Amino acid sequence: MWAFIKKEFLYIFRDYRTMIILFGMPLAQIILFGFAITNDINNAHIAILDNSKDVVTREITRKLLSSHYFILDRYLKTDKEIKPAFQKGEIKEVVVFQKDFAQKIKTEGIAHVQLILDASDPNTANILNSYTEGIINTYVLHKLAGEGGIPLKVNIQSTMLYNKELKSVFMFVPGIITVILMLVSAMMTSITIVREKELGTMEALLVSPVKPNIIILGKVVPYVVLSFVNLAIILLLSQFVFGMPIRGSVLLLLAESLLFLIMSLSLGILISTVSKTQQQAMMLSMFALMLPTILLSGFIFPIENMPVVLQLLSDIMPGKWFIIIIKNIMLKGLGITYFWKETLIIFFMTLLLVVMSIKKFKIRLE
Amino acid sequence: MNKREKIIEVHDLVKRFGKFEANKHLTFDVNRGEIFGFLGANGAGKTTAIRILCGLSKPTSGSVRVAGIDVNKNPEAVKKRIGYMSQSFSLYNDLTVKENFRFYGGVYGLSNKEIRERTAFFLDKLKMASFENMLLSKIPLGWKQKLAFSVADIHRPDIIFLDEPTGGVDPITRRQFWEMIYEASDNGTTVFVTTHYMDEAEYCERVSIMSEGEIKALGTPHDLKEDYKVDNMNDVFLRIARNVE
Amino acid sequence: MLPIIILIPILQLLILSYTATFEIKNIRLVVVDHDHSPESRNLINKFSGSKFYKYLGQKDTYKEAENSIAKGTADQVLVIEPDFEKNLLTERKGNVQIVTDAINGSAASLMAVYAMSIINDFNGNILVKKLPLKFKGIPVKTDSSFWYNPDLNYITYMVPGILVLLITIIALFLSSMNIVKEKELGTIEQLNVTPITRFEFIAGKLIPFWIIALVDLFIGLLIARYWFGIIMAGSPLLLVFVAAVYLILVLSIGLFVSSLTETMQQAMFISWFVLVVFILMSGLFTPVESMPLWAQKLNLINPLAYFIKINRMIMLKGSTFSDFHNDFYILAGYAAAMLTFSAIKHRKTS
Repeated sequence: MWAFIKKEFLYIFRDYRTMIILFGMPLAQIILFGFAITNDINNAHIAILDNSKDVVTREITRKLLSSHYFILDRYLKTDKEIKPAFQKGEIKEVVVFQKDFAQKIKTEGIAHVQLILDASDPNTANILNSYTEGIINTYVLHKLAGEGGIPLKVNIQSTMLYNKELKSVFMFVPGIITVILMLVSAMMTSITIVREKELGTMEALLVSPVKPNIIILGKVVPYVVLSFVNLAIILLLSQFVFGMPIRGSVLLLLAESLLFLIMSLSLGILISTVSKTQQQAMMLSMFALMLPTILLSGFIFPIENMPVVLQLLSDIMPGKWFIIIIKNIMLKGLGITYFWKETLIIFFMTLLLVVMSIKKFKIRLE
Repeated sequence: MNKREKIIEVHDLVKRFGKFEANKHLTFDVNRGEIFGFLGANGAGKTTAIRILCGLSKPTSGSVRVAGIDVNKNPEAVKKRIGYMSQSFSLYNDLTVKENFRFYGGVYGLSNKEIRERTAFFLDKLKMASFENMLLSKIPLGWKQKLAFSVADIHRPDIIFLDEPTGGVDPITRRQFWEMIYEASDNGTTVFVTTHYMDEAEYCERVSIMSEGEIKALGTPHDLKEDYKVDNMNDVFLRIARNVE
Repeated sequence: MLPIIILIPILQLLILSYTATFEIKNIRLVVVDHDHSPESRNLINKFSGSKFYKYLGQKDTYKEAENSIAKGTADQVLVIEPDFEKNLLTERKGNVQIVTDAINGSAASLMAVYAMSIINDFNGNILVKKLPLKFKGIPVKTDSSFWYNPDLNYITYMVPGILVLLITIIALFLSSMNIVKEKELGTIEQLNVTPITRFEFIAGKLIPFWIIALVDLFIGLLIARYWFGIIMAGSPLLLVFVAAVYLILVLSIGLFVSSLTETMQQAMFISWFVLVVFILMSGLFTPVESMPLWAQKLNLINPLAYFIKINRMIMLKGSTFSDFHNDFYILAGYAAAMLTFSAIKHRKTS
């Protein structure tokens, strides 16, 4: 057994390129997700077409630009310039003030601002629209108050639960953990087992007195260790660089991770039994395992808004349940009473896969 | 030659894959210390038979005893008594020479002391002591084969199975390789070898020639040549192959 | 092999377009109404009537409501203070609290924005009701028009980006894996002893992949048009032209990866890694403008960022060549440089 583990580690460490990927991947992903991937809208470029140029429109313009949401790209002179402005791609919104703006407020009691948004990105358009309306409304209400009108409004106190600063790492760390654990334990394990098959060393081992399950265990243990090292790196990084807390029990987190690991390992063994070459094993784990996990487990994209078929499909992704569990422990600080169902689901998946892979991995290769 | 102890006894062995019969009623014995050549064209059913002898595959019917143990009933016990070197190469390229010995020594449950002794013994014999810390991938193929044979012998097995051990090796190295086989045989180890090279068949004490899942001929190279009235094993082999056609 | 090369992109386009969505609809809302007045009911009706919201009903205490978020059954809680209506009428100021599950930060900010705009709207309405008659409403009226995607359909936004992703994956993996495969099999030695030149070798390798990727693009465009109903606003020819140049760049990167690696496994890992970084930073999912400056600078060497931007401009906004010529020239120069570089590199290594 020890001989196996030692050999496997030697093997892993000699293949330095794979090592770099193995440890570089989580690092790069966390840093990218942590710093670069953000949906916050700052400094959106806007253009203003002011057909009135009076006190009120200038004041509204000033209010808009003094918020950190907008940067004035340019002033437009005519309607005709709007379309080319959008086609250049930089400008996300054009604010059009009606002619005789201040005048109209006085005489007719109402004046129009038109907001034209580049809605090719619907989320950004929605947010910008909402920000602009908010700023204009606030201005108008203040104005009314000054003129003896009656400001009458509902105040909103907005609370962001679990993630006050809306950091995107909080969302992505659970997914990264899941994907990395799968990558190391399912993909790497399946590849390394198949490699021994390809090299013929697997046969040499099978004719030796060592029991097949010990052979497999010996191959698998180093990857368990690697997975936990990776897990530790991710957790430390997210805590100390990005300030992502572990609000719940670390022990529980590790226990759940172990369960998920066992499941991934049996998946890896299962893949290794059905593939003849390393390339097959790689393709299988990539396209049957990694991609669906990335897309359908709620790692990046919320599942709730997908078509029903895909939602149903996501239910058989172990990653989905594991991500829910990690979020519950790390971010919500909840205990097992809140996610025993998810745990049970993973547990039964694990049971099923372990039984299947043991059955498939027969002593006699035929 | 005295009646020697039988180390492999195969009786009426049949192996079927679906409708295809890979081994049809094989019956043969191998004596202790013998070098037994197991010949046959590609697809004749050699590899299937070897896998059954090593306990990697279950026979459909028939009995197989290796080192006095029924392989079918107790494959694990057999595995302790045999060494194995396959046609696809069975050492690890990313480990050093010494590490390969260490690993397989560990697999066969040798103590650290034994592993050290056996490693030193083999490296000394092969005059490769200065290469012990070199990665296997850096070592020429012929030397690797010799190392692989040594590794298969590390736990002093009763029988060593060699499945086409000399593929792609130059004639000089092949000669040296066969010297190692003789040495093992002199020390009482049985060597069960499959090969494509008919000159190698001449080196064996007894050979069997398989074709279409059956053993067509069995005997010493000398007797076989007389039976078929030819000068060398190559012609024996061609005769048998032609008969089949 | 051929059916795979054609089938995979179709599947990818369909699946990715439906999964890769940051669209927020059906926000699951739980309300804690401590007031139970006509105005508080009005406010709740505003929420339950919104197409963005799925109103789950009321809870008696905030604790229970927060528990729904903890259990993952609700996304947002609206808490209405006691005497909400009374305060609104006497003190001109009613208070509500919006609590949002913010684990997904970007979704949370959208949800908060939706809640805010509903309440803004509500404010406007009470103003109309309670203000003196000389006002017809808030004196400044904003009208919004959403160009290029009036239904605010997220898929419309994603499909052009995913198309780029798709041809990139095909081109990168085919070129990086194929040459390494020849190395592994030893067939490259075979080719090296034949009289073909390196240039012919590279061209012979890359041109078929280039054509395959363009065919995939074409299939993808058909799906975009007839399955997703996205009508191309700009010139298809212009798009194909840019894609042809872009693909040379991607294929050269694949060639470069293959010259760095010895085994298909390594080539696969490296291509995968490079691709993940490029995709995440490309602005496919999140606006490039909101990234920190260093990330935006890094995008200068990200081919995906250029082409995703250009493709969206052509397909959705009908931009013409002069609208993005700078980006295109960078892309073309980059492609030429990368092709030369990896051809030289390839010669040295094999």
